[in-house]
This record gives sequence, C-alpha cells and structure tokens, in this order.
Amino acid sequence: MLLIRCPYCETARPEVEFRHGGEALMERPRDPSRASDAEWIDYLYMRRNPKGPHAERWRHVHGCGRFFNCLRDTVSDRIVVTWRAGEPVPEVTDGDGA
Amino acid sequence: MQRFSFFQLLRQSFGNHVGWQPHWRAAAPKSSYDIVIVGGGGHGLATAYYLASEHGLTNIAVVEKGWIGGGNTGRNTTIVRSNYLFEESEALFEHSMKLWEGLSQALNYNVMYSPRGVLVLAHNTTDAQVIRRHVHANRLAGIDNEWMTPEQAQAFCPILDVSRNVRYPVVGASLQRRGGTARHDAVAWGYARAASALGVDIIENCEVTAIRRDARGAVSGIETTRGEIATHKLGLVTAGHTSVVAGMAGLKLPMESYPLQALVSEPVKPVMPCVVMSNSIHAYMSQSDKGELVIGAGTDAYTSYSQRGALHVTSQTLDALCELFPIVRRLRMLRNWGGIVDVTPDRSPIIGPTPVEGLYLNCGWGTGGFKATPGSGHLFAHTLARGEPHAIVAPFDLDRFTTGKLVDESTAAAVAH
Repeated sequence: MLLIRCPYCETARPEVEFRHGGEALMERPRDPSRASDAEWIDYLYMRRNPKGPHAERWRHVHGCGRFFNCLRDTVSDRIVVTWRAGEPVPEVTDGDGA
Repeated sequence: MQRFSFFQLLRQSFGNHVGWQPHWRAAAPKSSYDIVIVGGGGHGLATAYYLASEHGLTNIAVVEKGWIGGGNTGRNTTIVRSNYLFEESEALFEHSMKLWEGLSQALNYNVMYSPRGVLVLAHNTTDAQVIRRHVHANRLAGIDNEWMTPEQAQAFCPILDVSRNVRYPVVGASLQRRGGTARHDAVAWGYARAASALGVDIIENCEVTAIRRDARGAVSGIETTRGEIATHKLGLVTAGHTSVVAGMAGLKLPMESYPLQALVSEPVKPVMPCVVMSNSIHAYMSQSDKGELVIGAGTDAYTSYSQRGALHVTSQTLDALCELFPIVRRLRMLRNWGGIVDVTPDRSPIIGPTPVEGLYLNCGWGTGGFKATPGSGHLFAHTLARGEPHAIVAPFDLDRFTTGKLVDESTAAAVAH
C-alpha cells in the first residue's frame, strides 16, 4: 500500500484514504464547441501511460476531500513529490526519480 | 517436429526418456522478415502459428524480451468463457471458444482445456438483473448460458455457502457449462512448438528498443537488443507494455496499464469442480489439476508497471472468499503476483491497423485476455495477412474512439474493473 502525503493536510496517510484521479496536468478544451474531434479524443481517451515518472491526481476522500497532484514512478511505485492543485510543478531536487 | 502419441511415449520410455527434442528451435534473428510479431505470449505465438498454418506465410519472427509465456500468459487465472453481453464481443469470444474445443488436437499438444463450467454469482438485485440480461443475450446469440437458483448453484459447486446471513449473499448465478480452464503454459508452448515447426523464428531475450520508419512514415524495421531487423509489417502484441512500444512509433493510445493480482493456495485434494467468479467482489476461484486453489483478485487503483500490487486489494477478495467458501478459511496462500494489464476506456480490445502504415495492434485485452488467446491469434493473423480487419474484429478498431461506436463491456458488466 502506498503512503501518500496530502499537501493540504500536510501529513502522510495510507492509500486507502485516497481515490486515484487519473492522469494529471491535462487541460479540458477551453472552448468546447470549437474544439476539433482530434482535440476531444486526445482529452477524453488518449493517455500518456508512461513507464517511469508519471504525474497523476489523487483525491483525499477520507480526509480533506480535495484533489491534488502527485509525481510517482510507475516502475518502483515510489512517490517523488505531491503538490496542491493549480500550483506549479515543484522542482525535484534529489534527481534520481526512481 | 517430434509428434506426441502413445507410440512415441512408449518408444521414449524404452530409451529412458533421453530422446525427447526441444519443443521449438532457439532461432537467431535474421536481417529481415515479412512480418515481425512483438511479444511472445499466447496471443503473439497464436498469431504467428495461424499466419503460418492458415495463410502460408512462414518468413515470420516472434520477438520476445524475456522468455516465452513469461508475461501475462504465465500470470493469469486461466479461465475460458464467452458469456459477454454485446454481439460484437459475443462473436469474438465465441470464435475463440470454438477454437479452444479442438486446440489440443490441432496443435498435437495437450493444452488441458477443461470445460468444467463457469459460475457467475449474483449478490444483489442489480447483479441478478445484469447477469440474467447476459444469459438472455447469450442464448439469443446461440451461446450456452443458464440461470440458476442459489440451491442449484450450490448443488453444482458444493463448497459454496448460500446462506443469506453473510456480507455477499448468493441470490442466484449464471452457468456457462462450456466455460472452464486451460493450462496457460501449455498454450504458449503448444503454439510456439507448432509455429516453430512451420518455420516461424521464435527469438527470446530480444527486446525491441526502437521502431524504424521510412521517409513516408511507414514502418521499415525494428531495433532490438539482438540487432536490427527489417520488416514492413509489425504486429504489436505486448499487453501492458503496448503504450511503451507504440510510443516508439510516435503513437499515443487510449490505454492505461494497471497491476492485476492473483494468488495460489497450498495444494489440497479436489474440492472445487468448477470455476466460480463474482463481478461484485472481483474474485475468481478455481482449482488447478495440481490441487492449488487459483484465485484472481482485482486491479490496483493506480497505473503501474511494477508487476506487484497492494495487499489490501487481495485481502478484500480473500475476506469475501472466506465467507463464500468457508472451507478455504484455514488454507495458506503460497504465492501471489501481479500482471500488468492494458485497460482501454470501454474495456474491449483494440485489434487492427493504426495511422502508422505497417503497424498493427492487438492489445487492450485488459483483465481478461487469456480466454481469447486462440481467437485473438486467428483473427489477428487474418488481419495482418490481408492488411484489413477480419469481419469479427472490425468493430474493435482504433477508430471507434473517434466515431464513438464503443463496445462498452465495462458498463455492461456493471462492475469497477
């Protein structure tokens, strides 16, 4: 089980308190009626699904209830950093990423 | 190829069994092939076999980064069934079911296909409605499936507890009698042996590192850890790693990879005559011929390539199974593991050509690809050989995410996959 640090509650809590929210940093087409089919398909269905560092969203459903972002390595499952929704991606200092 | 028969067995017995030959040739990569299949699991090997046996194409290679059948083929819970809801899926999985029935004879290899019956449990009114809908849909399509009362289900599987005073009471069940299990390793080995005998090169320990494309953007070859191989037709059959391999050709796919866990108990005497599965709990259980109870659990919540999952996922399944089958409560679990499954938005596979000329996909089988192994290979071979999809797999093309004509088995099953 992952131990996830909620950036709002500022404490590391077990994974069962959270719900996974899918790939992060995806932007919904700003003008839905003008977006092309290709833009919609990319937003709705296409996923990076990387083997390595992956930005994803989690929601602290059994805590503060808020969404936040998380950088996790999908090979080792190690969580590199978590940060609040809407804030810039923090710089990762330890660099190994695994 | 050394054919297996009673006389062969007798002959080898007199020779102290030192005369058996390897099942397939350990091939070294040639500089070019007509078709290269990436991924030496059941689906990839079946594809190569049917390309050679039905389409007469033998200048074919299967490249595998590890060993044959060492990925999801060796990690699944070996269940075979075809009781899907939609016509498209019914046609696909029933095509596979028909091939299972004659597979041991076709390959001259005992794949231990055992149609012992697959029982799908309903635990509440919604389950009962959904499962009965599947039963009716299947019967309309000519696929065997029947509804059973809890008492009938218990008569079929005597270790099942059907009392009402439990967390997941059994309110009914469906039974597909032709469903059952097969030996997963034998499927991979059988296809590898038969394909190799027809001239297919099976190249193990050969990981693809890049996909080469010519000036027009069409596939011209691959780079591997064992050198470069030229080809104009490339079939990706790489399950959970398809996003990674397709990414080498600049292709982004509607797919995410999750760990799916399974475990086996210590071996016991025969107690379980059939397969029992429950979509609500996301649990699967059957007994192997060795006596182990083979248990399938759910997927983890997050995408991962780690081939392991969290304990709370399996313990949720085990808690429920201990109630449903009180006899298993004191069994010890010997091994657990995870496989990386490729899940699409509608939980249906993707089979067919891609926007990259010469690149074909057979992926997205998600949590239930084993049952489809023969059919998948058979239809994908047709698709590769002719360059256009077989009628049965046409609805499963990549284009359905553009047209919106999804084959939405995820909502059909009414479960969180």
